[in-house]
Amino acid sequence: MTQSNRISGGQIDRTKTLRFTFDGIPYQGHPGDTLASALLANGVRLMGRSFKYHRPRGPMTAGSEEPNALVELRSGGRQEPNTRATVAELFDGLSANSQNRWPSLRFDAMGINDRLSTFFAAGFYYKTFMWPKAFWEKLYEPIIRRAAGLGSVSREEDPDDYDKGFLHCDLLVIGAGPTGLMAALTAGRAGKRVILADEDFRMGGRLNAETLAVGGTHGADWAAGVVAELASLPNVRLMPRTTVIGAFDHGIYGAVERVSDHLALPAAGKPRQVLWRIYSHRAILAGGATERPIAFENNDRPGIMLAGALRAYANRWGVKVGQRVAVFTNNDDGLRTAEDLKAKGVEVVAVLDSRQGDEVIDTSGRLGLKSIIVRDAKGRTREIAVEALGVSGGWNPNVNVHSHHRSRPVYDPTIAAFVPGAEGPPGLMVAGAAAGVLSTHGALRTGRDAAVEALGLTGAADLPEAEDAPVRIKALWHVAHGKGRAWIDQQNDVTVKDVKLAKQENFTSVEHLKRYTTLGMATDQGKTGNVLGLAIMAELTGRSIPDTGTTIYRPPYTPVAMGALAGRSRGTEFKPFRLTPSHHWAKEQGAVFVEVGMWLRTQWVPKAGETEWRQSVDREVLATRRSVGICDVTTLGKIDIQGTDAGAFLDRVYANTFSTLAVGKCRYGLMLREDGIVFDDGTTARMGEHEYVMTTTTANAVPVFRHLEYCRQVLWPDMDVQLISTTEAWAQFSVAGPNARKVLEKVVDQDISDAAFPYMGARNITVCGGLRARLFRISFSGELAYEIAVPTRYGDALLREMLARGAEYDPIVYGTEALGVMRIEKGHVAGGELNGQSTALNMGLGKMVSKKKDSIGMVLSQREGLVEAEGYRLVGVKPVDPKGKLSAGSHFLEKGAAAVAANDGGWLTSKVYSPHIGCDIALGYLKAGDQKIGRRMRAVNLLSGQDTEVEIVSPHFFDPEGERLRG
Amino acid sequence: MIIHHPILGPRDAQEFVYLGDAALIDRPDGMTAGVEVFHDWLYNRDNPAGEHRELWYHEQGDRSWLVVTRNTVTHEITRVELARDVARSKGRSK
Amino acid sequence: MRYSGFRVIAEALTGHKGWKPVWRDATPQAEYDYIIIGGGGHGLATAYYLAKEFGQARIAVLEKGYLGGGNVGRNTTIIRSNYLLDGNEPFYEFSLKLWEGLEQDFNYNAMVSQRGIINLIHTDAQRDAATRRGNAMRMHGADAELLNREQVRQMYPWLNFDNARFPIKGALMQRRGGTVRHDAVAWGYARGADLRGVDLIQNCEVTGMRIENGRIKGVETTRGYIGAKKVGVAVAGSSSKVMAHAGMRLPIESHVLQAFVSEGLKPLIDGVMTFGAGHFYVSQSDKGGLVFGGDIDGYNSYAQRGNLPVVEDVAEGGMALMPAIGRVRLLRSWGGIMDMSMDGSPIIDKTHVEGLYFNGGWCYGGFKATPASGWAFAHLLAKDASHQTATAYRFDRFLKGRMIDEKGQGAQPNLH
Repeated sequence: MTQSNRISGGQIDRTKTLRFTFDGIPYQGHPGDTLASALLANGVRLMGRSFKYHRPRGPMTAGSEEPNALVELRSGGRQEPNTRATVAELFDGLSANSQNRWPSLRFDAMGINDRLSTFFAAGFYYKTFMWPKAFWEKLYEPIIRRAAGLGSVSREEDPDDYDKGFLHCDLLVIGAGPTGLMAALTAGRAGKRVILADEDFRMGGRLNAETLAVGGTHGADWAAGVVAELASLPNVRLMPRTTVIGAFDHGIYGAVERVSDHLALPAAGKPRQVLWRIYSHRAILAGGATERPIAFENNDRPGIMLAGALRAYANRWGVKVGQRVAVFTNNDDGLRTAEDLKAKGVEVVAVLDSRQGDEVIDTSGRLGLKSIIVRDAKGRTREIAVEALGVSGGWNPNVNVHSHHRSRPVYDPTIAAFVPGAEGPPGLMVAGAAAGVLSTHGALRTGRDAAVEALGLTGAADLPEAEDAPVRIKALWHVAHGKGRAWIDQQNDVTVKDVKLAKQENFTSVEHLKRYTTLGMATDQGKTGNVLGLAIMAELTGRSIPDTGTTIYRPPYTPVAMGALAGRSRGTEFKPFRLTPSHHWAKEQGAVFVEVGMWLRTQWVPKAGETEWRQSVDREVLATRRSVGICDVTTLGKIDIQGTDAGAFLDRVYANTFSTLAVGKCRYGLMLREDGIVFDDGTTARMGEHEYVMTTTTANAVPVFRHLEYCRQVLWPDMDVQLISTTEAWAQFSVAGPNARKVLEKVVDQDISDAAFPYMGARNITVCGGLRARLFRISFSGELAYEIAVPTRYGDALLREMLARGAEYDPIVYGTEALGVMRIEKGHVAGGELNGQSTALNMGLGKMVSKKKDSIGMVLSQREGLVEAEGYRLVGVKPVDPKGKLSAGSHFLEKGAAAVAANDGGWLTSKVYSPHIGCDIALGYLKAGDQKIGRRMRAVNLLSGQDTEVEIVSPHFFDPEGERLRG
Repeated sequence: MIIHHPILGPRDAQEFVYLGDAALIDRPDGMTAGVEVFHDWLYNRDNPAGEHRELWYHEQGDRSWLVVTRNTVTHEITRVELARDVARSKGRSK
Repeated sequence: MRYSGFRVIAEALTGHKGWKPVWRDATPQAEYDYIIIGGGGHGLATAYYLAKEFGQARIAVLEKGYLGGGNVGRNTTIIRSNYLLDGNEPFYEFSLKLWEGLEQDFNYNAMVSQRGIINLIHTDAQRDAATRRGNAMRMHGADAELLNREQVRQMYPWLNFDNARFPIKGALMQRRGGTVRHDAVAWGYARGADLRGVDLIQNCEVTGMRIENGRIKGVETTRGYIGAKKVGVAVAGSSSKVMAHAGMRLPIESHVLQAFVSEGLKPLIDGVMTFGAGHFYVSQSDKGGLVFGGDIDGYNSYAQRGNLPVVEDVAEGGMALMPAIGRVRLLRSWGGIMDMSMDGSPIIDKTHVEGLYFNGGWCYGGFKATPASGWAFAHLLAKDASHQTATAYRFDRFLKGRMIDEKGQGAQPNLH
C-alpha cells in the first residue's frame, strides 16, 4: 500500500519520503506527518484497542486529546507505551506496535469482553468477586491485573538524557494558534521578552488545519509569516514542541520541550526532553479549544472521528480518511468539514445536522466503519455506506491550565461549553477559543487585547481581516434513539448506559460519576468525554448543567515522561557526592567506601591478604589500640561561634554549661530539641574569651547550624553572637592510640606534652613549620586521642605527612567500621542511640541537663512521661557465651518470656564485634536498664531466628575509668 | 513559590527551609514558665485557612530567618520581614 | 440489596434495572443521638460501626461536599501495619485485620489486595532500624520479614541494583500489606451505614457548634441547625477549622501532600515499594497505573494542590530506583490536605466539651487506618472509653511527654 489515501495539499514535504513500520508492516510517509496521518494516508484506520472491551479503534482526533490511537513507539530501553499516534512526529525508521491486544490487533482474544459487556457494567466489580474470600487475590485479581493496563514497559533502562532549565520572561504565551500568535506579536513588537510555547511541532494551531483566510492570505501562510517575524525578534523565544504542563504558584509554569522525539535518536549531547520552569508574572492562555463528539450507538468505530480532525487530516496532511464520508454535527463548524472535504474531491455523501432533526443512530463495520444508520426528523431511517464519519458536538475551550489553581469553569450556554471561571492563577489571562471566543477574528482580537492589557501597552496594532462567524449550536449530547452502547469516554469504554447506571445508583455528583464509571480517567483525562458525561447526567437528573457542575483539571495538561521530571538526577548522579579530604589517598589504598548522607566515607582499608571485611576492621581496631590509628572525621559539622555573648548563647542551646569553660579547653555538649529529646551531641572548644568552635554529628551538621541561626536571630535577636559553618573549611583527623601524641609531635610545631596540652585541651597551633591548624585533645575511642584540623586543601598532605613522619609507630588509617567498634567499646552514643526519640536520661546523661539555667528543651524534658524510672536506659550487652551472636534491632526478653509486646524490654541499638573483648558487644535501650546491670536476659531477633542469652553490663566496655585517654 | 526576601529580592522558595507558625517566636522563659505554658506554645497551633505568618529560613542563601505572611488557601504572599526585626518588635532581646 | 456474583449476572441479563441507590440522600432531622462531621472514610466507617457493632441508632454523617471526597478519595491506597511503636502498632494491626474481613463484612468489593509491601534498605543503619521495627511488628502479632539484596532482586530484577547512588541492601517486607480501591472503601461504608439507617447528608457544611454549659447541643450547618447528643469530628485536613467552632486549638497543622498516577501499563510492579534513599513510594493499580508519591510540600496549606519542586523530587526518586520508567508518563496529580500532628501520630479522644469527640491528626497515613479509626472512634463515642488499641491517641500525650514519634522528628509536623 502506498499512501492510497493521500490527496493534494497540506503542509507536508512531498519531496522526501520517510519509511516506518506499524506492527512490523512497512509504510511510507512524509516530513510533516504524524504517525496517525501517515497511517491514514496508507489506508490504515485500525490503530488500537480500547481498555475494557478491547474494541477496535482508530484515531478520533488529530491532537493531544487522542483517546484511541495509542501505540508502543520504539523498542528496548526506548520503548514508549501509550504514545498518541496523532502527535507522534514521523521520522525515517520509526517503528511502532499496537498494544493491549493478543495475539494481534485485528484478532484480539480479549475482544470477548465486548461480547460480554453487559456483565461488565460500571462498577460491576464492586459487587462481586467476594466469595470465596481467598479467591480475590488468588484468582480474580491476577486475571484482572493481567488483562488491565495498556502499553508495556521494557524494563530496560531508558538510555536517553533529560535536562532541566529555567526561563524568565515578561509574557508567556501558551499556544501558538491565531490568539497566541497575535498576542506574541503584539508583545514582541513592543520589545517585551516573550516566550511562545506550543505543543505542536508546527505553530499556527487550527489555522494549519483550516482553509480560512487571515489578512487576505491563507491562514496557515499568515501564521508562517508571523512565526517568521517573531523568530527575527531577539526578545522573543519560540518554543514549538513545548507543552505547558501546569500553572504553579507565583507565576511559575512548568513546560516540557520535546527536543528529540521527532528524531530517530537524540543528536550527540542533546537530551530527549527538557523540563523548563518558566517564571513570568504575566501569561496568556491561548490554548484553543477541543472538539467533542456526540454519543450515539457504536460511535467508536475506526473511521469515526471528530469533524475537525477529519478536516485537519485533509487540509494539513493531505489525507482523506475514506473516499465516501459523512458529517454529523449540531453546529455550523461541522459544516466546514463537509465543505473542505468536497473542495478536496472527497465524496461527502451525507451531512446530518441534528438541528434539522437528522441523527446518526447506529453504525456498522467491525474493524472499520462501513456504514451509518441515519434517522431523519420524520423518523425515517436509512443506511448509508461510508468509510469515514466526522462528528461535531461543539468545541470545549481548553480551560485546563486556568483551573490548575482549582478555579472552577463556568457553563456558557451560548456556546454550550464551559469557559474559564473566576480566580484563576494570578497573572494568567485567557484569550481566544480557550476563553470561549471561537471565531478567527475573535481569536486575533482577544489575543492582541490580552497582550496589551497584560503588559500595559499603549496603542494596539491593527488586526488582519478574518472570519468572525457566530457560534451557532444547539446542544446535543447523545442521540436518544438506539438501544446499544453509545460511547462517551472511548478509551475507558464509558457509555451512556454507564452514566444511567451511575444515576440509578445515586452516583450523581460529577465526582462520583467520574470515580464510579472511570469517566475521564484515561490517558486523555476526559478532554473529549467529560463534558458529555456530565451533561448527560444533568439530563438524567433533571438538573441544569451549571447545577451539575464539572470536575476540575489538574496538572499536567498532557502526560509527562518521568524522565523529564527527574532530569539528570538518576543513577549514581541521583545526589551529589561529598568527598572527604582523605578520599584520594583512601582510593589509592583500595579503601571500601560507604554512603553517609551525601558523603562517601572510608569504611575500612583492606590490606593485602584480607578477604573478609572483619579481618580489616579487627586489624584497624587492634592496631589503633596497640599503637595509633588515624581517621578522617571531616564530615562532622563544625561551627565557629564568636561574640561577647557566645558563652551565654551556648548555655542556651546546650543542656549543659559552656560559659564556665576555660579558654583552651573543650567539653562534651548535649543539645536538646525544645521537646526535651536529644537533638545532637559533640564537643565544643573555647578557643578564646569570645570564641568557640562547635562540632556536630555528621548527620546533623546542617540542621544544627540552622537551629543555631534560629536561636540567634529569632529567639535572642540582641545577643552578640556570630556563626559560620566551617564544615567544608577544615579537614579534620582523629589520631588515636597510645602513640597518638608521638605521631602528632612529628607534625605539630608546638609542645603538646601532657603537661602542655592536657586532656580536653584545645588550641590553635601550627603544623609542618607554620601551617595554621587546630588541635583538640578529645577521644571517642577511649584511647589517648586528638583531633587535628588544617585548612581543607592541606588535608590530604597532612594525612600523608603523619603517615610518613610517624612511620616508626606503624600508624594505620581506620574507617567508619573501626570507628564504630571503638566508640561502642567505650559506650559513646551515636546514630543508633541518637534516634530522635531518646532523652538524655535514656542515654544515661540525665545529669547533664542543667536546671539552673534556661536552655532549649530543659523545661519539656521534665514531663512525666520522659522521667519515669521504668523508662529506657542505655546499657551494654554481651552474649553469655562469647560465641553468641547479637544483632542490632533485636529486642530484649526475659528468659522464658514469650515474644509478645507485653514482654518487650527494649532493643539493641548498635552492635559490633569487639576484637578487644573477643565477642559481639552491643548497646541497647532497656526498660529500667540502669537497675538491671548484671542481669541475664535474651536478645531475640524474630526475623532471623536468633535468640541469644546476654548479660546486661555497663555500656563502658573499655577502660571504664578513662585512664588511657588521660595518658 | 517565590519569596521576596527583604534584602535579596525575589528568591525561589526552594532555597528556603520551612519551620512553621511565627508564633514560635514567642518562646516562654524557661526559668519562669512551666511545662503547661511551654506545651501550649510548642504544640498547639491556630493553623488558619487564610493568612498565616510563618518562619522560613534562607538556607541556600544568606541564612536569614524570615517571617512570611502567606495565605494558606491561595498561597499568596503579602509580606516578608526579617524574623530578627519581628522578634525585636515583640520585645525579644537577649 | 445484597451484592453477589449471581446478582450481577441476573441484573446483566435483565438490563440492570434492579440496582438500587447505593445510599439514600437523607434530609437532616431536627436531632440525632450522634452526628459525625465528615463524610470521608473515617467518618463513614465510624457511622457504620456505631450502627453495626455498637448497636446505636439516630446517627447522621454531615459532609460539606460529596461523600468520600476528602483524603479517602485522594490517596495512594496503601494498607500496612509496619509501625514501630507500642502506641501505634496494635492499632494498625487491628486495622489490617479489619481490612482482611472488610468486604465480606460490608458486602462490597473494595479490592483489598495483600500483595505485600517492601521498604527498601540502603544502609546498615536502616537495616538495624528495620530489624527493630520488624521485631516490634512480630511481637504485636503482625508479619514481617527481612529480605536481603538478592531476595529483592528476585522480586524486581529491573530495579537499579548496579548503578545506584545508594545501592539496595535489602528490604523489610510485610506480605499482608497491600492496596485497596480507595473510593470503594467510602462507598462500601456509606452503603453499609445507609442500610443500617444512618442518614448521610451531603453538601452540608458545619458552620458552628452550639455549646451550653460545657456540653455540646448541636451544630449549625449550611442546611440549618441540627441537634445532637454527641458529636464526633473526623474531618482530617479541616480539623483545625472545625474544632475552632468549639474554641479549640489543636496540635495539628494542615499540609499539602501530592500524589500521582501514571498512564496505564501492563503489570510491572506486583506489590507496594518504598525507596529508602529518597522520597518515593509506588504500587500499581489493578487498572495498570503506577500510583506513587513522596514527601509533603512542607508548608501549611489548604489549597489541595502543590508545586513543581516536589513533583520533580518524587520523579527523581522514582528514576533513581527504577531507571526503566523514564518513558512512562505521569498522567495525573492531586493534592490532599493532611492533618499533620506534632508527633506524626493520630488523636482519637474526648475534648473539654462534654459530648464532643475528636478524631484526627492522621498525617498522610489515614487511609490504612480507616477501619480501625472508625471502629475505635465508634467505641469512644458509644462507650466514652478508648478502644484498647487506641489508648495512646490522647490529646494530653504532649503535655505528659508521651509522644508517639515514629520518625523521631519532634514537634515539627512537616518532618513527620
